[in-house]
Amino acid sequence: MDLFEYQARDLFEKHGVPVLGGIVATTPAQAREAAEQMLDGDGGVVVVKAQVKVGGRGKAGGVKVARSAQEAEQHAEAILGMDIKGHTVERVMIAEGADIAEEYYFSILLDRAERRYLAMASVEGGMEIEELAEERPEALARIAVDPNTGIDAAKAADIVSAAGFADDVAPAVQDAILKLWTVYAESDATLVEVNPLVRTKGGQIVALDGKVTLDDNAAFRHPEWEELADAAQQDPLEAKAAESGLAYVKLDGEVGIIGNGAGLVMSTLDVVAYAGEKHSGVKPANFLDIGGGASAAVMASGLDVILSDEQVKSVFVNVFGGITACDEVANGIVHALEILGDAATKPLVVRLDGNAVEEGRRILEEAAHPLVTIMDTMDGAADKAAELAAS
Amino acid sequence: MAILLNSASKVIVQGMTGAEGQKHTRRMLESGTTIVGGVNPRKAGTSVDFDVHGETVSVPVYGTVAEAMEATGADVSVLFVPPPFAKSAVVEAVDAAMPLVVIITEGIPVADTAEFYNYAAEKGTRLIGPNCPGVISPGKSNVGIIPANIAGAGPIGLVSKSGTLTYQMMYELRDFGFSSAIGIGGDPVIGTTHIDALEAFEQDPETSIMVMIGEIGGDAEERAAEYIKANVSKPVVAYVAGFTAPEGKTMGHAGAIVSGSSGTAEAKKVALEAAGVKVGKTPSETAQLVRELLESADA
Repeated sequence: MDLFEYQARDLFEKHGVPVLGGIVATTPAQAREAAEQMLDGDGGVVVVKAQVKVGGRGKAGGVKVARSAQEAEQHAEAILGMDIKGHTVERVMIAEGADIAEEYYFSILLDRAERRYLAMASVEGGMEIEELAEERPEALARIAVDPNTGIDAAKAADIVSAAGFADDVAPAVQDAILKLWTVYAESDATLVEVNPLVRTKGGQIVALDGKVTLDDNAAFRHPEWEELADAAQQDPLEAKAAESGLAYVKLDGEVGIIGNGAGLVMSTLDVVAYAGEKHSGVKPANFLDIGGGASAAVMASGLDVILSDEQVKSVFVNVFGGITACDEVANGIVHALEILGDAATKPLVVRLDGNAVEEGRRILEEAAHPLVTIMDTMDGAADKAAELAAS
Repeated sequence: MAILLNSASKVIVQGMTGAEGQKHTRRMLESGTTIVGGVNPRKAGTSVDFDVHGETVSVPVYGTVAEAMEATGADVSVLFVPPPFAKSAVVEAVDAAMPLVVIITEGIPVADTAEFYNYAAEKGTRLIGPNCPGVISPGKSNVGIIPANIAGAGPIGLVSKSGTLTYQMMYELRDFGFSSAIGIGGDPVIGTTHIDALEAFEQDPETSIMVMIGEIGGDAEERAAEYIKANVSKPVVAYVAGFTAPEGKTMGHAGAIVSGSSGTAEAKKVALEAAGVKVGKTPSETAQLVRELLESADA
């Protein structure tokens, strides 16, 4: 789960990382009120920042400086509801303005290839880190971090020295790095990024913008994450699927997909997309993995989610029975269609293989539901589903 | 021969007394795996009976992995332990110097995996998984949840991130059969990698051709391509799932997310083809490429 900037700011603050004041607002009036609290009269500024989980908001006009509460309200009015790369802005953060003397970069992330963590730091912050890594790789220090020892004072000192921080800021940066490590380790993060980390004209080190990704697998030991997830933007169909415990991703297409196992479902999307090229360019409408035990109830909730997608014209059920028996899957489909009754209006193409396949096919043949077509192969079924979606 | 597992492998099950553990222990016994014990400190000294093809097989339960190894000479452990307890179970197996640990458990926090992987690497224990279906050397041994009845023994070595795609590919090529099939798992941090499996298959005299199944995300396939170019003489055929996946969407597996230009199926295909690997765009096309190579080798 990716956090919004304001959530990352709050998490930093909780772990003692130096941050500036920031208040989240969902209406222009709230933005005005927050700005009033922060501005103390002469000369100060606040920054109104769009809260979206995508980069490039500055260029899109989602970050504006305000010199008065009234101006903050006007900026919030313009930014709230704005579309930034497909993300609607539902919140802004009113942030205290900073007098920036220098900008730096720091991050800790999971290094999948090396199977450990990686700390990256640069005294040349403020630009996109991908650009810096590409154009001036020597300016970006990369220090490996052993997951079993983490970042201690000595490791933090290594990072600071490798990145070439000046002596006058080194102790404060080292301290911030140690605290950011506690954010990473204690929050089960896979990414903690500060860009920029700044030195203010007053000589303070401050994390001005933060990006944090949390590991969903660790949710069982973080009950406090529930409220973070509540604030996340979610597609309504994805929310509905999540309620039933299904791994569902909405896509832009006409052929609904249900399968078992993430790899097989991804592969099904490919096969349907290729088949669609021959049938007026229809595409897969979703990713839906019903997992190992495809019971009637799970199949029914899966079908229900897919049939609620108005774009869907046909549905392809692709199951390879490994541990799952195909007769259970077939019973699941038959029962799901009974439960859905008249709500089931779109044709279903079913391909079953593997464990108890003969029995599974026999159950579907005997049920002889008018909407169900049984196909022998994955390729043939994809072609049929695409054809039905195109017609 | 085969790789990692053979008919002499002695297997213990950590988490055997749980529902999943019991179900799969019975399936493993049915497919001929030598299971010598289970581990559960609260049930040490008892045993669990399994109905294997109509006969009762009694498997003893030990208090610790070390005791189980001492009593049985086990050299493989397979884990069906729930995510909150998986790390300590792996550490226990590593501390007992278990040579091979297969972790079936899905949903382990990646920090736990990063910690126990590095610990195991230091102590010399090989891990497979987590979040994987395990390994099968058909006719010899089967550790994990891969169905034993899909395909028999043969010349193909298969390595895959995905469970159901492993089954699909074994099914497509069931008339040829497999030396071993390994599901390495789709998590961001895994023990045994594509490269480790390719290296083992290259050295295995029973394997004449390798099939590698990858999926979008990360750069494991690109690194495997470099490895193949430099080190692999046997033919390799690959399939990468997710050619049509949109950017920025996670597709079930934690590993399966495309971000930016790297990690796409197309980038992986290009890298693999540059290493002389034939890449299929669908499972059936991939199977067809394997079929052609095997048939031309016979001719």
